[in-house]
Order: sequence, then structure tokens, then C-alpha cells
Amino acid sequence: MAGAIWVLAENWRGELTDAAFETLALGRELADGLGVELTAVLMGSGVSPLADQLGVADAVILVESPASVDGELGAMSAALADLMAEHHPRALLLALSNVSWDLVGLLPAVSGVPLVNSCLDVAVEDGDLEAKCLLYGGKMEVTVRPAGETAVFGILPGARPADAGRRDGSPPIDRISIELRDRAVRFVEYVEPDAGDIDITRQDVLVAVGRGLQGEANLDLAEELAELLGGVVCGSRPAIDQDWLPLSRQVGKSGLQVKPRLYLALGISGAPEHIEGMRDADLIIAVNTDPEAPIFRTADFGVEADLLDVASELIDLVQEAKEG
Amino acid sequence: MGELKILVLLRMVPDVVEELEVGPDGMSLDTEFLRLIANESDEHALEEALILRDRHGGTVSVVAVDGPEIDDALFASLAKGADRVVKIAGASAGLTTLGLASVLAGSLESIDGLLPVDLMLTGCQSIDDLDGQLAPLLAHELGNPYLGLVTAIEIGDGGTALVVREFSGGVRGRYEVDVPAVLGIQAAEKPPRYVPVAKVRAAKQSGDIEEAAAAGEPATTRSPILGMAVPATTDRAEMLGSDPAEAAARIVEILSGRGLV
Repeated sequence: MAGAIWVLAENWRGELTDAAFETLALGRELADGLGVELTAVLMGSGVSPLADQLGVADAVILVESPASVDGELGAMSAALADLMAEHHPRALLLALSNVSWDLVGLLPAVSGVPLVNSCLDVAVEDGDLEAKCLLYGGKMEVTVRPAGETAVFGILPGARPADAGRRDGSPPIDRISIELRDRAVRFVEYVEPDAGDIDITRQDVLVAVGRGLQGEANLDLAEELAELLGGVVCGSRPAIDQDWLPLSRQVGKSGLQVKPRLYLALGISGAPEHIEGMRDADLIIAVNTDPEAPIFRTADFGVEADLLDVASELIDLVQEAKEG
Repeated sequence: MGELKILVLLRMVPDVVEELEVGPDGMSLDTEFLRLIANESDEHALEEALILRDRHGGTVSVVAVDGPEIDDALFASLAKGADRVVKIAGASAGLTTLGLASVLAGSLESIDGLLPVDLMLTGCQSIDDLDGQLAPLLAHELGNPYLGLVTAIEIGDGGTALVVREFSGGVRGRYEVDVPAVLGIQAAEKPPRYVPVAKVRAAKQSGDIEEAAAAGEPATTRSPILGMAVPATTDRAEMLGSDPAEAAARIVEILSGRGLV
């Protein structure tokens, strides 16, 4: 199994995540490119029934834990580090999602294996693994070839379509059990979000605001425009962290995934964590003063201007159009 | 727990609101016109530390590795209420996250009266994290537990903290963590406090940045960058210009074409 491509089959609350299948799809390409096996690493408590969804892999390592490992990072990273030291995989791909986030940080620290973070893509080049990584909020792309026998890659969401990694079938399973030996961090419970006044995932039109809004006082303008368009206001992380909008309106990695007919992004730069939540909208129109803002690589249409000016003009014109 | 001792680690990062250019080596940012700001989630880490200190008593120390504009950021930390600010001088420039973690882990010990602390807080991510994340690297070096994506901390009895961490869809997880611990902060309970320029100026006059020497050689990255470029723009949006009135008119056309107005 030395030299194999390993992928963590990320699971959360009893199900494999989309990120798991996306990462598996990328792993399948790399394994085929190198002519090696693709091994899915399935880790958790009571997760063995999930193995029959991992047909895309050639083999499964099932790491069973006596208790939920949600956040039991000491145990998870120690177990993975031991497994990597024993089997010498070429790479371990981890989804850079909120579920696996801490493992992406801790596993390289514990195992001493190099990390390549924020990978947009990984490819086989001259027999080596070469990653394209997004840095500086998506404004720069770097090419990286990690040193060493094994490397850990943190894969950004959307690197491949999840469906490309979904295949029924049960590859041979190698079962391993772990002890929760490091219990300095103990999972207590999940806290569900407040329902909020509005479910933004069910809206046809979303007017999204970000840091460019500059202050809560300008929110009225976005609210007015959203109402005219028959939609509601949502926001990127800075708008929530500044308490301009409640958590129930957050779009992105920590917030919600939305697919409206129209997503009007006002003053949002388009960091990867935000793009993840809205890239599947039917129509994306972005307004930003920075012509290099990464949001313009995801949007269908873009305006390089101040969002307040554009929003005011839009309010007038939409009102006219409705009255006319 | 008695009085809390909290250490905050602060990093400077390029302000991505500004235009970024690739430097002459083709592998790093052009630093000539680079504007640096404090890493956003580090600012949240400082805010959370100040909130906890004000709630439970104790001290907040802020440590940063020396570099451009770091003095301003440390004086701003003092003006916000930090009790002590220290810069680590003599480390090589352009440290990767892995290198930074090794310099900090090697140097913190030798700073007089700094360690031990109950909590070490830093931002859960930085926009230049390529070869590691700072909080878990430090936690491992120091032998402390770690949790990231943290949005709330309550100090419990008997050497533990109740820590809330983000998952997705607004779901959060609650954890009990033994202290001392290293936590990667995603967001403080409240937005980071604003500090007027006058207060920062006052801190510059009366405050003091301590200096400590960097200890040991920084770890060398094993995720070397072969090239850096502005991402390809093949899928770029169709731009509707920069005149607000004209652009708004085009948007309305597009929306009515799709039955959206």
C-alpha cells in the first residue's frame, strides 16, 4: 500500500459529506495518474455502514472509535499519524471544511508530515504531486510541490463535483480500532442555530453585503433594494462578525449554502470561504470597488464601483421598471 | 481558577483590499508597496482575551515577531487594553507559518514572566497559511490541547474551559477543554473594539514595547512555492463598467430579461 493516495472520507453526524465525495473524486484522478491505489480512510464511531458508498476507492481503512470523535482531535490525529507512518501513503487529502479544519492543522503538527494548505487543485506532474493553492483571500495562486515521502493536502471545497466521487460498492475493508487516549478536549454537545426570522436557503433573490458596506447605517439601502426585488439581505462573515446581520443570514463555510435565482453581491471580496456558499446561484452579479476582487472570477456580471452608488441607482430604476 | 493569564499572538498580513503584485522572484509578493494590517482573526483573538480578562481579572500579553508596522499594531493593542506587549526581534524575514510557529515556540519560554499562561489565543487562520496553521503547531510544540474555529470561551471550575466551535450551517459544537490550552479564534463574542487614533498616540507616548531575542533557527518549509501568479481570469465576469448609473441600467436589463423584475 506504500505510495497510495489516501483520502479522508469525511463524515459528520452519521453521513458522508459532499466534501468527502469531492475529495475522493480528486483522489481517484491522482491515484490513476500515478498508477497507485486509492484508499478511503473512514473514521468515527458507528461509521462502518457508510463504507458501501465508497465504491470509488480501491480499499477502505475503517478506523473505529468507541465514542464520537467529533473534535476528539488528539485521538484522531495520533491514529492517522500512526497509520501514515506504518503504510507510507504518498498523500492524504483532507477537505478544508469546518468539520476537518482542526485535523488539517493538527495532523501535520503531530506527524511532522508537510502540509499543503488551501489547494484549489492537485495534479500529477512528472510523477510528482503538484498543487495550485489560493492565498491572500483568493488574490494569488501559488504552485507547490511538497518535499518528503508523504504530504497532507487541505483541499478547498468545489475542487471536483461531489457526484464524480459517488459510486456504490464496497471495497475491501481493513478494520482498526483506536483508543481515545488523549481526552484533554471533550465533546459535550451540538448547539443548533436559532431558526431566525427567514430561511435564506429558500429565497429566490438574495442581496448579499460584505465588508464594503462599511457600517450598519448603510444596511437600509440593501434592505430596500432586496425588498424591491422580492428578496432578503444576507451577508459574508464580516457583516455577521460586525453584528450588522444575525448568524441566520450568513452565507459561506460556517454559514449556509444558498442557490437563489439571483445573488447580488455588494462589497464582498469573494474569499474562498464565501464562494463556497454561493457559487451555485443561477445568476451572480457583483459590485466591488476593487477590480481585482476574487468575486469577479465567480460572478456572471461585475460592476467596478461603490456599492452604495450602484444600490441607490438600482433602487430608482427597479422602482421605475415596476411602476412602468 | 484564580486570575487569568492570557497570551495573544499577533501576525501582520497584507491588506488584500489593496492591489497585490508578484515580486521579481516570481515566487512571493512584491513588498515595495505592500500595506500590512493585523491579521483579522488575531484581532478577534485579542478582543476575546480582553473580554475574558475584564470578566475574570488577570492579564493579557500580546506577542508578535518584529516586522514592518508591528509597532503600530502593538501600540494599538496597548490602547485597546493589553497589559503587556512584546516583540520578538532578530527572526528572519518572510517566515512561513511553520517557521513562525517554531520561532514562537522557541522564544516564548525565555521571555521573563510570560509563561505559563492559562490560555494562548491566536486567529484560527491567516490568509498566508500555506504550510501550517499557527495554533495547532504551537499547541503541539508546547504539549497543550488545541481547538480551532472558536467563537466563545467560558472559564469553568477546576482547570477547564467551556469552548464553543463553529461547524457549518450555523451549527456549533460545545467542548470542555483542559487548560492550559491553545485556541484558534474565529470570532470574538463581540466585534473587535474600535480604538481612536488619539488613544493609540497616547499609548505610544506612555506605553512600552518590550523586546525579546528570537531563539533558535526557524523551521524550514517543506511545502516550497515554485511560482506565484494572479489566478487565471478565463471565467471572469462580464464587466458592466464603473459608472453606477449605466451599470445599474444594464443590471435592470439583465434582470428583466430573466423575469427577475
